[in-house]
Order: sequence, then structure tokens, then C-alpha cells
Amino acid sequence: MDPRMAVIDKRLEGVRRVIAVSSGKGGVGKSLIASALALHLARRGFMVGLFDADFTSPSTHRILGVRDLEIKEEKGILPIHFRGLKYMSIVAFSKENPLPLRGADVSNALIELFSAMLWGNLDYLIVDMPPGIGDATLDITRLVRKIEFLIVSTSSVLAFETVEKLLALLKELKVPVIGIIENMKMKQDSPIKEKVARFGASFLGDLPFDSEVEDALGDVDALLRTVFAQKLAEIVPRIICQNS
Amino acid sequence: MHEWALAEAIISSAIDVAEREGLTEVKEVKIKVGELQQVEIDILEFALSELKTGKLKNAKFVIETVKAKLRCRVCGYVWNFSRNRLDDVSREAVHFVPETIHAYIKCPKCGSPDFEILEGRGVLLESIRGVK
Repeated sequence: MDPRMAVIDKRLEGVRRVIAVSSGKGGVGKSLIASALALHLARRGFMVGLFDADFTSPSTHRILGVRDLEIKEEKGILPIHFRGLKYMSIVAFSKENPLPLRGADVSNALIELFSAMLWGNLDYLIVDMPPGIGDATLDITRLVRKIEFLIVSTSSVLAFETVEKLLALLKELKVPVIGIIENMKMKQDSPIKEKVARFGASFLGDLPFDSEVEDALGDVDALLRTVFAQKLAEIVPRIICQNS
Repeated sequence: MHEWALAEAIISSAIDVAEREGLTEVKEVKIKVGELQQVEIDILEFALSELKTGKLKNAKFVIETVKAKLRCRVCGYVWNFSRNRLDDVSREAVHFVPETIHAYIKCPKCGSPDFEILEGRGVLLESIRGVK
């Protein structure tokens, strides 16, 4: 028997909401939205954690510019304190090396970190998920009882088709969905809002493609000044209100 | 000190099993500890003795270490993990998250990073003995 499972609820008992930022496909802006959302919530005075659960392609440390990813422990693993956030990424362990993991390894690493991380008291723990409906998505719905999903799509029907599958899975698993954000909106008459409504889910808002974001990577202040981040700030109250 | 987190998980899990099995007192808990996680057995034993309460108060913890065996998925070569192959930084990383071994070692025969951990990964609760 794996003893780690018995302690995960206890590790998260001080965390009010755990929000998985997820998508059906990669490259839709999940990590950017997860990072900026965590920063916005912290700026509003909430206690916020950000956990990068994309073990094979982590990027939130680059988005935020977190450099001192040292492992600290005290009867468990302590998150790093960065710009008002409690933060953890697999990069603290794998450094800049590639980390090729198969599904069972992803599950094991996820269980290990959820059972050993000492997040303490938080209003929000934002989890940046890997894309799709594979091991990490299935595991987090199994391991974290209070999980809620925030889903990111682009304007492309290709991205939304995979979101539909994710929504169908979450409905089947009875996992609450806060809503969908349309990122990198391409045109005014985008069909995504209507498609979300047809699916009976909540459309939280759209974000423009912002070419300034690339230059702001690694600089929190510059990132928060982008149109992308400012538009996301308008969506944040809808996420706070939706206590599923 | 990660051993304390593992000890806490073992205690919580043993309490769950004791409840489920209707045990009034737990006499013995057998634990397997995989070498890959490089658990300091002395610290784990101390943590267990400090954390055990209630039904586990008088329980004896029997700890067996299991050699970590790895198998290359490309060429099939099987080898034993040796912590001496790692430097201090990677040793610590593998202690906390054993899967990060994939960032630090490759198959000694063909050089592939695509290998599996056959046994000896981490901590397992093997059995619990007690009275009803």
C-alpha cells in the first residue's frame, strides 16, 4: 500500500480553493494565465500558491523570473516565497535538465509532491496543468478532493474541440468547472463564447493576442503592465465569485 | 527531514488500515523502503516513534530496505541504482522526488534516458498486525 495517499488531504487542509488551470491542447497560454492569475490574486490581498504541475515542460519559473529554486525542508518540502506567492516547480529538483517521464512516473511525482509539500494556509492554490486529459489530469481529480478547473482555449475550433473533450470528462468525473477563458482571440465574431454556452459552461471572458508579452517574460512588473494581464485582471472577479 | 513527511504518511495510512480492519491495537507495521529515495532510516525510525499515538502507541515498526533496480526500455539492460553515480544536488533531488532520476542518469549500456524503475522506488506499507 502506498502510504502517501493518506496524507494528501491533510497537506491541503489549510488551502481554501485549489484551481487547476487546464486545456485540451498545449500552447494556448495556460502557464501565462496561471502565473498572471496567481499574481493578480496575491495583489488583491489573498494568500496564493502557484504549483507548476507540468513536469516535462515547466515554464512558470521562466514566466515569473524565479531564479533561486532551492529546495527547503522542515518536516516536508517548503514552497519558495516569490513576489507574494508560495511557489513550487519540478525545476527545483530537475534543474535545467530534460526530464523525460512516462505516465506512471508523472503520477508518482505528482503524488510525491502533493504528499510532501507544506503549503500551509492559502486562499488559492493555482495549479498549472500539463495539457490534455492524460495522467496528470486524471490524477489531480483523484488526489485533490477540492479541485476546480479553469479551462483555457484559443479561438481556434481545433483547441475548442479538445476543450469539449476535457469538459465532458470533468462532467463525468463530477469535477467542478469554474469556466472557460478564450485566449489569443483572433476576431470579433469568434464562435467560442457561443460554443461554451451551448455546452452549458460559463464563459469567463476573452484575452487578446498581445505581442508585448514575449518581451515581458521573466519580469513580473512588465508582465502585469501588458494588455494581456490587464484584461485578465477584469476576469479575476468572476473567478473569485465562482466558488464552486 | 523529508523523512518526517514520509513518517507522517505512514502513520496516517496505518491508522486508516487499522480503522478499516477493526483493530483495537496495532502490534507491528512492516514497511519497505526503496533505496532510490535514499531515506535516512535512523531519522525515519525516530520520526515514527515520535508520531505514533493511539492505536499505534505500542506498535513496532519493521523496516526493510529494497534495492533499487532500473531497466532500460530501449535495450532491456537491468542495473542497480547506486547513489555514488550522483552528485550532491542530484542526490538531494532524487531523495525528494525519485522520478527526477530521469534528469540525471542514463542507461549505462546504451545511454538512453528512457528507463523504468522496476523496484525500490520509495516507501510502501507492507503489512499491519494487531488485535481486534
